[in-house]
Amino acid sequence: MYAELAKRNLKRQSIRTILAAIGIIIGVIAISSMGILGNTMKLSVTDSFADIGDKLMVYPAPGEGSITERQIDQIRKVAGIDKIIPLNSHGERVEYKNEETFGSVYDIEKDGLEELAELEQGRYFKSGSTDCVLGSGIADKLDITVGSKIVIGDSKLRVVGILKERGLGFDIDTDSGIFTSPEMYGKLYPDDEKGYDSAIITVKDINELETVQKDIENRINKKDELITIFATNLITESIDGVFDAISLFLIGIGSISLLVAGVSILNVMLMSTMERTREIGVMKAVGASRRDILTMFLLEALFLGVAASLIGGLLTLGGSYMIISFIMDDAAYLLKFSNIIYILEGVFFGIATSLLGGMYPAWKASRMRPLDALRYE
Amino acid sequence: MPKPIVELRDVTKIYTLGKNRIYALDKVDISIEKGDFVTIMGSSGSGKSTLLNMIGCLDLPTGGKVMINGTDISRLDDNGLTLIRRNNIGFIFQQFNLIQTLTALENVEMPMIFNGTSPKMRRKKALELFRRAQLPADYEQHKPNELSGGQQQRVAIARALANNPPILLADEPTGNLDSKTGHSVMELLQELNIAGTTVIVVTHDPRLEEFSNTTIRLQDGVICSETC
Repeated sequence: MYAELAKRNLKRQSIRTILAAIGIIIGVIAISSMGILGNTMKLSVTDSFADIGDKLMVYPAPGEGSITERQIDQIRKVAGIDKIIPLNSHGERVEYKNEETFGSVYDIEKDGLEELAELEQGRYFKSGSTDCVLGSGIADKLDITVGSKIVIGDSKLRVVGILKERGLGFDIDTDSGIFTSPEMYGKLYPDDEKGYDSAIITVKDINELETVQKDIENRINKKDELITIFATNLITESIDGVFDAISLFLIGIGSISLLVAGVSILNVMLMSTMERTREIGVMKAVGASRRDILTMFLLEALFLGVAASLIGGLLTLGGSYMIISFIMDDAAYLLKFSNIIYILEGVFFGIATSLLGGMYPAWKASRMRPLDALRYE
Repeated sequence: MPKPIVELRDVTKIYTLGKNRIYALDKVDISIEKGDFVTIMGSSGSGKSTLLNMIGCLDLPTGGKVMINGTDISRLDDNGLTLIRRNNIGFIFQQFNLIQTLTALENVEMPMIFNGTSPKMRRKKALELFRRAQLPADYEQHKPNELSGGQQQRVAIARALANNPPILLADEPTGNLDSKTGHSVMELLQELNIAGTTVIVVTHDPRLEEFSNTTIRLQDGVICSETC
């Protein structure tokens, strides 16, 4: 019956109720869609980084020339390592049919390249061969197809494969890379010192990344700092952090509108308690306790909040579905749990705001002295 | 001798208006027995409404004791007063004071919500009270503003009876009714009184006196002799 009373009281001033509800609806939409916006940005960015978060990069420590073969052998003994891919690279001009561009020449074993990048067309080079595989960026720029020959310095290399575009990475820049065997690399750069510029380490279990990193450091940097290792997931973590901050900021902006809605609930409920002062007096006279009155008014606020917040939540879901599928051609992001959470959060805060806004008027109504309330005109 | 159902001893009520202290009631002693039909008469400003509010536990005395059914209300907090009102007192107002958003029947049910009666029992009791207040059954679903004044007052009386209070308090119950309707409402109150309810009516209409067996006259906050 309290519920029934609350419902009817809300209907009594239906336009006012609807306006107050619209405030909450807008507030809920604002905070949940801002949250979703930030989160979807994060998801789409981190998705393009997805495959680089599971590696360790080893570089010579500052002052050290290169990573030695011995160090590589030592690293190999650390438990938990899946693959270790030592690399050398050189920034280089690449010529093809009188056009040129810049890229990085890498020496890499065939299986190392297989680990790091996928082929778009052609095949990987055979070990020891003078062939090369190109990143998609260079191939696109110079219109190179499989079977063409490119010129690097004085040497001609046959392109046997072109890699799939991979996007930004923190290990190697595959898109603008020219990958060839260590033998061919040695011919290109005969003056290079022995050892490697860097090494990429993949681990068997991503959760072991840190342990493996520590083990390697303990083994090699025992006396002097010879190598520097960093985990690529640190980078993705910091990107996550940046986008979380953006989301929070956006939600902060959105929550201002919810705050305004809360004030309007406060206002509406206060007006309504004033108007119903006499009614409250009557109820108290026939035996309503403070708690009864409080319950009644809070229920009103709750109903308003629940109804408006649910509507807001549904509108957000529908609206962001349309917007996201329009912008990204793929609404799957929306249905990610982390996005749904923002809608639930919006609905929750909407309800909480209504209750908060209804609290003072309800308290005020419950404290009315019945005699004064009955005399109220 | 049984204990009086309403007993006021040395009751004083002082209102402070600016610097002036106004004695709404000045050392009033009243004793009302169970089953009495009392009219409290007096001109406006005589303190009769203050007296009724005191008995109805809507107001507390500045001094003295108010005993309702053996309980000294001046010692009660808000919850205690609420319980006394809920279980001992039925209010009937001059302006009926029905809740406009509720149907006539729901208005009668309302006091039973507050004491936790089950919805089924509420409905049953309300229908019974509807009959007792001589209201046509097809008026149940009407909203108060669709009823005539007399009918509204009958709904209010049915509401006042909802929790079986031993005391009915009526503040000018006929004040907003024409004399014929007012008379029939008073007859209903008389009937309830005969059935055992103590009825206390505040009025300045001397015609209501004929229904009561005791009349208390107030003037300037003091009980005076029969003729004042």
